[in-house]
Amino acid sequence: MKADVSRISYRPKLALAAASALVLIVLALLPPFIGLYQTQLLTYGLIAAIAALGFNILLGYTGLLSFGHSAFFGIGAYSIAFLLRDAGIHSMELYILIGLPIAALASALFGYICVRHTRIFFGILTLALSQVLYSLALKLFWITGGTDGLRVPRPTLLAGTISFTGAGAFQRFIDAYYYYVLGVFAICVVVMWVIVHSPFGKALQAIRDNEIRAAFLGLRIHRFRWMSFLISGTFTGLAGILWAPLNGLTTPDVLYWPFSGEIVFTTLLGGFRNFTGPIVGGIVFTYLKTYAVATTEYWQLLLGVVLVLLVMLLPTGIVGAISAAAKKLGPNSP
Amino acid sequence: MSILIIQILNSLFYASVLFLIAAGLSLIFGVMRIVNMAHGTFFAVGAFATAWLVARAVALGLPAGWTFLLIPVGAGAVALLGIVIEPLLRPFYRRAEEYQLLVTFGLLLILEDVIRVVWGGLPLSADPLMDALPIIRIGGLIYPAYNLVVIAVGAVAALLLWAGIYRTKFGVMLRATSQDRRMASALGLNVGLVYVSAFAIGCFMAGLGGAIVVPTQAAVLGMGIDALILAFVVVVIGGLGSLQGALVGALIVSFVRTAGIQFFPEIELAVLYLIAVVVLLVKPTGLFGSA
Repeated sequence: MKADVSRISYRPKLALAAASALVLIVLALLPPFIGLYQTQLLTYGLIAAIAALGFNILLGYTGLLSFGHSAFFGIGAYSIAFLLRDAGIHSMELYILIGLPIAALASALFGYICVRHTRIFFGILTLALSQVLYSLALKLFWITGGTDGLRVPRPTLLAGTISFTGAGAFQRFIDAYYYYVLGVFAICVVVMWVIVHSPFGKALQAIRDNEIRAAFLGLRIHRFRWMSFLISGTFTGLAGILWAPLNGLTTPDVLYWPFSGEIVFTTLLGGFRNFTGPIVGGIVFTYLKTYAVATTEYWQLLLGVVLVLLVMLLPTGIVGAISAAAKKLGPNSP
Repeated sequence: MSILIIQILNSLFYASVLFLIAAGLSLIFGVMRIVNMAHGTFFAVGAFATAWLVARAVALGLPAGWTFLLIPVGAGAVALLGIVIEPLLRPFYRRAEEYQLLVTFGLLLILEDVIRVVWGGLPLSADPLMDALPIIRIGGLIYPAYNLVVIAVGAVAALLLWAGIYRTKFGVMLRATSQDRRMASALGLNVGLVYVSAFAIGCFMAGLGGAIVVPTQAAVLGMGIDALILAFVVVVIGGLGSLQGALVGALIVSFVRTAGIQFFPEIELAVLYLIAVVVLLVKPTGLFGSA
């Protein structure tokens, strides 16, 4: 009996690790085949996936819908723009090392305020707080550049060993940066997987499913929600840090509340009740938006229709629908 | 002294428009329990529709005085839009809040582009209405009489809405549905009709806000998205679902904003959001909310 139990708990993990490794290898081999533009797009997609992955620990695992995650993305992006302009730092590693604690600090502060409420009030609180930052970025133009934003030129990678100047710098940057982001993405996925499958992650899900019962079990609800918020904001902040050099510019748009809506959209698109949903959502949404913008002037209309249809027909998202279909087809498959 | 009077009038003008938007948002939440993220866009539709109608009417040679009749027409068009949209939202009333927010966010994206399809991306203005009325003197300063009309419209709308909800049979039906939908339905109320009416009234108010504000400023893309956030601040301060709350919230926001523009222009918006945050923390149901 004992062997049986261990086999049951062991096998899916092994299969999962093998599948993830396969996906990672495929992603690593892609750039030469798909060309520069697609590589750049895929990098944007991976960054969106990191943001959505962070967002989902709050929505999917803790049951709190934030409409203010643009704040952390924006803090990430703006903090490295400031580091560059005011401290003259050009190294991507330093950006991450300094930017991450800033994002974490902001998330801790916002989270401390916001987790006192749930449901709609939580959403409005996060929205209001994020818009405080937006209005400051907009109005304090001598610090933030106002609507013009701040430029973020290409940083050096790997402690200054790879820098991008001279001819063909753009191509080399996109190629190298793709692998850089892919590496960070892989680390993020592993860290997030460990978090949500740890006792801490289980506690979050218990709180999501039944707050009162979780409280009776002795879980300190507020603290768990706060921790979840902190992790969530930090991941989304990291996405902002990675995004700014790729975009070359950071503007108040990434702090404005419709951008928070896009993060929610992304997560829902992939499916927020499972781990891989936000990752798929991040990549699919990036392509969807890019092609919608390229094909029609009225891309918002298209995205809006997709969103409404999604909620109506596919509330569990792409991954949710696929896994439901897989369950139906093969009763023995996990 | 006269500058103070003008600033107070400015605040009342702004409060009047904000109240119209926020009261509709609050009414829809009170009856249907959905937070309509597309509400600001209804306000924008009202502004665009009215500006377009006024331009048509002036081109056809209608005297400027008559164009005032187009303000309720513009608002009515938004109410019609609401009547069309409400039945489409019904399947979502029983869904989780996340889905409701997302559907209305989708609606916002759709309507923003519908505005562009119908009226193009350029700003539309309705100056003839503003010019039709004289400019009055207050002390040594001048002030457009049109702004006083806006203040009056806001006040009358608040009064009518209050009377409609608390002094008519329809108001009783509305409040009954808001408190207990199933019981109201069991007692023979046509809940679907109440929903459509409440949504249409909410849209009419938002549309009216857009219609009366458009002569003083042009209708531009994105105006609804900005307006929604301020309406959120108003209902958060006043209390979601409360009519008095929307009125008091609108007054607080406008006076703080007017003072902000005068004394601390850089952080004027940030202060408003922070007030909303503080109210949510101290009294999450708002100053007048009960739910």
